[in-house]
Amino acid sequence: MSASLEIQLIAAFTAAACAIPGVFLLLRKMSMVSDSITHTILLGIVLAFFAVNDLSSPFLLIGAAAMGPITVWLTELLSKTRTVSEDAATGIVFPLLFSAAVILITKYAGTAHLDTDSVLLGELAFAPFDRMVIFGFDLGAKGLYVSGSLLLINIVFTAVFYKELQVVSFDPVLAAVMGFSPVILHYSLMTVASLTAVGAFEAVGSVLVTAFMIAPAASAYLITENLKKMLFIAVGIGLLSGLLGYHTAVLLDVSIAGCMACWTGVFFGGAVVWNLVLRKRKSGVKR
Amino acid sequence: MTVFKDYTFIVVALGCLALGGISGVIGSFAVLRKQSLLGDGVSHAALPGVVAAFLLTGIKNTAVLLAGALFSGLTAALLISFTVKKTKVRFDAALATVMSSFFGLGTVLLTCAQKLPDATQAGLSAFIYGQASAMLKSDVLLILVCSGFLLLGVILFWKEFKVFSFDPEFAVQSGYPEKPLSLVLSLMTVITVILGIQTVGVVLMSAMLIAPAAAARQWSDRLSVMVVLAALFGGASGVLGAYASAVGEGLPTGPAIVVVSGLTVAASVLFAPKRGVISRIMKRKMNRLRLTVSFGGESKDNEGRGNN
Repeated sequence: MSASLEIQLIAAFTAAACAIPGVFLLLRKMSMVSDSITHTILLGIVLAFFAVNDLSSPFLLIGAAAMGPITVWLTELLSKTRTVSEDAATGIVFPLLFSAAVILITKYAGTAHLDTDSVLLGELAFAPFDRMVIFGFDLGAKGLYVSGSLLLINIVFTAVFYKELQVVSFDPVLAAVMGFSPVILHYSLMTVASLTAVGAFEAVGSVLVTAFMIAPAASAYLITENLKKMLFIAVGIGLLSGLLGYHTAVLLDVSIAGCMACWTGVFFGGAVVWNLVLRKRKSGVKR
Repeated sequence: MTVFKDYTFIVVALGCLALGGISGVIGSFAVLRKQSLLGDGVSHAALPGVVAAFLLTGIKNTAVLLAGALFSGLTAALLISFTVKKTKVRFDAALATVMSSFFGLGTVLLTCAQKLPDATQAGLSAFIYGQASAMLKSDVLLILVCSGFLLLGVILFWKEFKVFSFDPEFAVQSGYPEKPLSLVLSLMTVITVILGIQTVGVVLMSAMLIAPAAAARQWSDRLSVMVVLAALFGGASGVLGAYASAVGEGLPTGPAIVVVSGLTVAASVLFAPKRGVISRIMKRKMNRLRLTVSFGGESKDNEGRGNN
């Protein structure tokens, strides 16, 4: 497989995988949670690194994935005291955890190859250099496996818990009456979102994960009111942004992840315009 | 305590003091209007403006770069409010979408700048992480002058801002112009954020804006007291953070400031009289005790029955 095809596949898979939890975050009015999770996973990585002292250990990813639900829990803990509103709680908790991570890195991990730059910005162009080698056989880029399994996990999670997710997203009270625990599902969703952010940030950087989670979901939300359609449209926009972003980036010789994020923005702009035009036409018919 | 005579430290500490103070003042209104996260969005959205200003002019002057940041931050804020007003997309989703695509554009432009043959573009990434220790006297002056104007604005429009922050509906009914006021408040938030990004960075600027205000809110129900306290908390966090990073080797200033202000929030939420968690628990206990005393042992039985 050529390097350029590998990058394209990783880009498309990552963006599509992010779009799935994004839809549920958006519907549950938790869009900014994606922003806070993507920042705090850094602390999870750092703490796990201090525990095992090995940068390639899988515990790093587990630590990072665990940080998502912890962040959400801490934010809820603060806003539940009713001293601070929910948005302010988000805006206090994640910069604090992120700061702790930055301080720990600059103070104690100076020699290890662990820098905020690669976490925040990521670099997709280097993905093909990181190979998956088993028993001496080169099985392709590691990122391909990471993003592919991420997409698969998210699809399976959504398919298995579709009904539960649907009810919890639209009517948490009904969900509780029907016997699904909104709390358990809530934290499973946070874990999935966190896991996705962890899998994605290596490729596209943590800030842009927010773009791939929320922008396709918000665009799809403007186009349809059906949850199933919304999921498919969001994933489609994710895939397209990945591919278009790659080719634009190659054409202009600039950052791939940045171009992908720009494309998700373009799709959102398109969806807004489409929505406005459609509404105008509808109101015209009524008159 | 030789640090206090060190010229660099004095400059940095003064800058952080002014920045923390003005963030506290402006942040109070943002927190009360439940627009805390706007600062986070704007600071991310400022990146393409910073880099574009550099690419267009070729000079790395703070004022020029901040003008670019102001332009793209404002554009983003307007796009967000347009989307919220015209479509069913909510504020949080519009914010997340606009800020992250703007940041994407910023990283694209950053890679353009990195291709320039000379090394002048080095240091642009300081806007992402912030670089307080590199603050110059001119930067501090810029912060002081802008803070002065912002303060003047707050004093001039004090009554309007007050009504508008606590009860926007009442404000509209009383004939206050909603749109211009909301615009002015957002503009002031954007300017504050832009002033701070070079010092504490894109990611942490939102905490500078929110944390002192959220902490101050716990101590008073009066807006004037809250704003003054927020300025004090913000300024103190700034100086303490700068001091910690000057003393502690390799300790970055921005994160240090955020940790200090985060601790202020934690302490305020726990210990503040009336609103604080501990005082509320104590009050509940006292009430229960008073009930038990006045009703003898009966109240306990009643409680038990109620639970059944």
